[in-house]
Amino acid sequence: MKILIKVNDNPLEWEKNMTIDTILKKMKYSFKMLVVKVNGELVKKSEFGNFIIPEEADVKVIHLISGG
Amino acid sequence: MNKYQNPYNPEKIKQAHKLLTEFKYELKPLEKGYANRTLHVHVGNNTIKSKPVTQEMKDVFTGGKGFDLKLLWDAVNKNTKWDSPENEIVIAAGAMGGITQYPGTGKSIVCGISPITEAPVDSNVGGYFGPYLKFSGWDAIEIQGIADKEVIVYIDGDNGIIQIFEAPEEAIDSHLIAEQMCDIFASNEQEKKNITTVSAGTASEHSFYGCLNFSFYDRRRKVARLKQAGRGGLGTLFRKKKIKALVCKFSKLNVNNNNVADLEAIKRISAEYHRELFENDDSQCDMRHVGTAHLVEIMDDYDLLPTHNYKFGKHEKTGKISSPVWREMFTQGIPDGCWYGCTMQCAKCVDGYTLRTGPYKGDIVSIDGPEYETAAAFGANMGIFDPHFIVEANFYCDTYGIDTISFGTAMAFVMECYENGILNKERTGGHELNFGCGEEAMEMLHQMAKGEDFGKTIGLGIHRLKKLFVKEFGADPQFLQDIGMECKGMEYSEYVTKESLAMQGGYGLALKGPQHDEAWLIFMDMVNNQIPTFADKAEALHYFPMFRTWFGLQGLCKLPWNDVEPPDNAETDEPAKVPKHVQNYVDIFNAVTGKNIDKKELILQSERVYNFQRIFNFRMGFGTREYDQIPYRSAGPVTIEEYLSREDRYDNQLRDKWNWDPTGKSVEERHQKTREFREDAYQKLCDAVYTRRGWDNNGVPTIEKIKSLGIDFPEVIEILENYFQGK
Ligand code: SF4
Repeated sequence: MKILIKVNDNPLEWEKNMTIDTILKKMKYSFKMLVVKVNGELVKKSEFGNFIIPEEADVKVIHLISGG
Repeated sequence: MNKYQNPYNPEKIKQAHKLLTEFKYELKPLEKGYANRTLHVHVGNNTIKSKPVTQEMKDVFTGGKGFDLKLLWDAVNKNTKWDSPENEIVIAAGAMGGITQYPGTGKSIVCGISPITEAPVDSNVGGYFGPYLKFSGWDAIEIQGIADKEVIVYIDGDNGIIQIFEAPEEAIDSHLIAEQMCDIFASNEQEKKNITTVSAGTASEHSFYGCLNFSFYDRRRKVARLKQAGRGGLGTLFRKKKIKALVCKFSKLNVNNNNVADLEAIKRISAEYHRELFENDDSQCDMRHVGTAHLVEIMDDYDLLPTHNYKFGKHEKTGKISSPVWREMFTQGIPDGCWYGCTMQCAKCVDGYTLRTGPYKGDIVSIDGPEYETAAAFGANMGIFDPHFIVEANFYCDTYGIDTISFGTAMAFVMECYENGILNKERTGGHELNFGCGEEAMEMLHQMAKGEDFGKTIGLGIHRLKKLFVKEFGADPQFLQDIGMECKGMEYSEYVTKESLAMQGGYGLALKGPQHDEAWLIFMDMVNNQIPTFADKAEALHYFPMFRTWFGLQGLCKLPWNDVEPPDNAETDEPAKVPKHVQNYVDIFNAVTGKNIDKKELILQSERVYNFQRIFNFRMGFGTREYDQIPYRSAGPVTIEEYLSREDRYDNQLRDKWNWDPTGKSVEERHQKTREFREDAYQKLCDAVYTRRGWDNNGVPTIEKIKSLGIDFPEVIEILENYFQGK
């Protein structure tokens, strides 16, 4: 059975060793000014490549407003 | 003589000047950010006078756009049209304007009754004019009347002299006249940085969306560069008044021309900000290398880049106009701030560009931009994925005095009309205007400058074009209403809003028309899912427009607020607001003025002016729910082609969001249902926003609200009482 996580309330299939960078790639989130929280805990930018996403995680990828 | 192929002679130009009037005034130091007087220039009867700024005016309207609107309100009446002599161009810097310590403090705010919306419009712009005007002793300038002959208004802030003179010999196109003014009013190369010019251009005379160019002299490039007050047709109004240039000379720039209350505090806050910017910009928005053009590929990635008149949000050729291309074309390593002290330096420039078309073909020029909006409008929206076209059209729009956003959006509309058979070669004077036709689009721009043929027609703007195409060519008015991306008469700026209801409101409920400077909520709404309910969206459509209005009261650029963020921003309660930078603004405002406001008072300052502007709209015959309605292309797929291009998305939404099972239904039925749901949602959004803003369900501020804000002037109350009694 597929295991899902939530990314900004959208379902996404969980994978083993999935990191935040994996999620950003899958969701095509190319914007750089992001605040990421996994199950309510803030994850620093420097950890995006090695923070392992747990099963059924609730991930928030908050894009900060840009544009003039 | 100059560097262009068709040289001019500054001496000859100067000799042709005929002085019409002169006004002398006392030079006085500013007091905590204010000159405490405004300047009134009437080019119709050649009178010039000074008006005092009262404490009440400062308390209620704060400065900048607040002063502009107050002065404009007093100058016009409910019957004033954009071309009435009493209509004004009002320009102000704002209370914080011109401090050179913090980035982005050199903006001018321009207001007037707009040729395209016929209501009050405001537009902000860089360049040196606003700060130099204030340092010359004026918080704002009103220009009223229509001159008999071509004139120049000259403010000599060094000697306290203002002159109006006839100016028959100057060029009209901005890249030339801005340099001519430097040649004439500076006595040597060194002095040119002390000269700043406001001008429009030849196409401003023939279109309704003319822009104003504000210059600053770039000492390294030895060129007068141009920043645009683009929105609302203020260049058209400028040329209607037969003004060729408004010039200010100020040579005494120092670290504290504003005579602020606490300079040390400003220096302290600014030093910290500059450090933050240098450490983080490269890994965040990279504003210092590509400016706002970094957004092109990002918008494409999120399906937000308007393509083919906003039908779609991405295109396979976007790479041809994305930031690596601009990084390559922009000159790097030269300071590029549009006012002193701006280390964000996003005013990028293409240098040594040889023009390929038009009256200046063969001239080698420096071109400011393109910024994101221009690259998106000319590249993706018109379907011309050619950076050279974008740069060349950018140059000509600027020098001809044309708003790149309105031109791009209007051309995209015309192209869709062409592809739908509403237009054809016979109707366009032999021009094929399909998406992607760069040469033809350029020709339309040159025709607009000459005031000829179909190019001039495009200068009418989408609102008037829709009526024309129905009347002349029997076009379907509903289809044109759906695809014509204008609201209140103003063309949309360059974002696809179909998947963000909040941003549909950000555009539709913006006071002056669909410009994104009031609110940019797409990520917050569509990507982050942070504001799911109507109440959440209404709260965002209250806070952000109010917060962003404040920049206009102060003469500030918005980019340094949120295009770089402090490293610990993520850990704050509300990272989207960038709380540390908001606190910087509060602290600097207090350090300039000696006041003691907090974040709440900041919003209140804006709310007063915002509600005043809404009532001003109402006074001029607009400002109600009817005028907040948006074209359907802004809310959803107009055509079946658009529906099918994102069929899964729309089908899923019908099922999950609206509880309507699309299984087995024809595409026409699904398309129609989508429209019903989305249009209904927009009305509910209007209801929620009006309630949050303290307005009635027709979008009119209540008397109670007006009283609570302290803007219950007798004239305002009379207008509202008449309205509420007649309800
Ligand atoms: S951020 Fe850019 S637009 Fe704003 S003041 Fe600085 S250089 Fe000018």
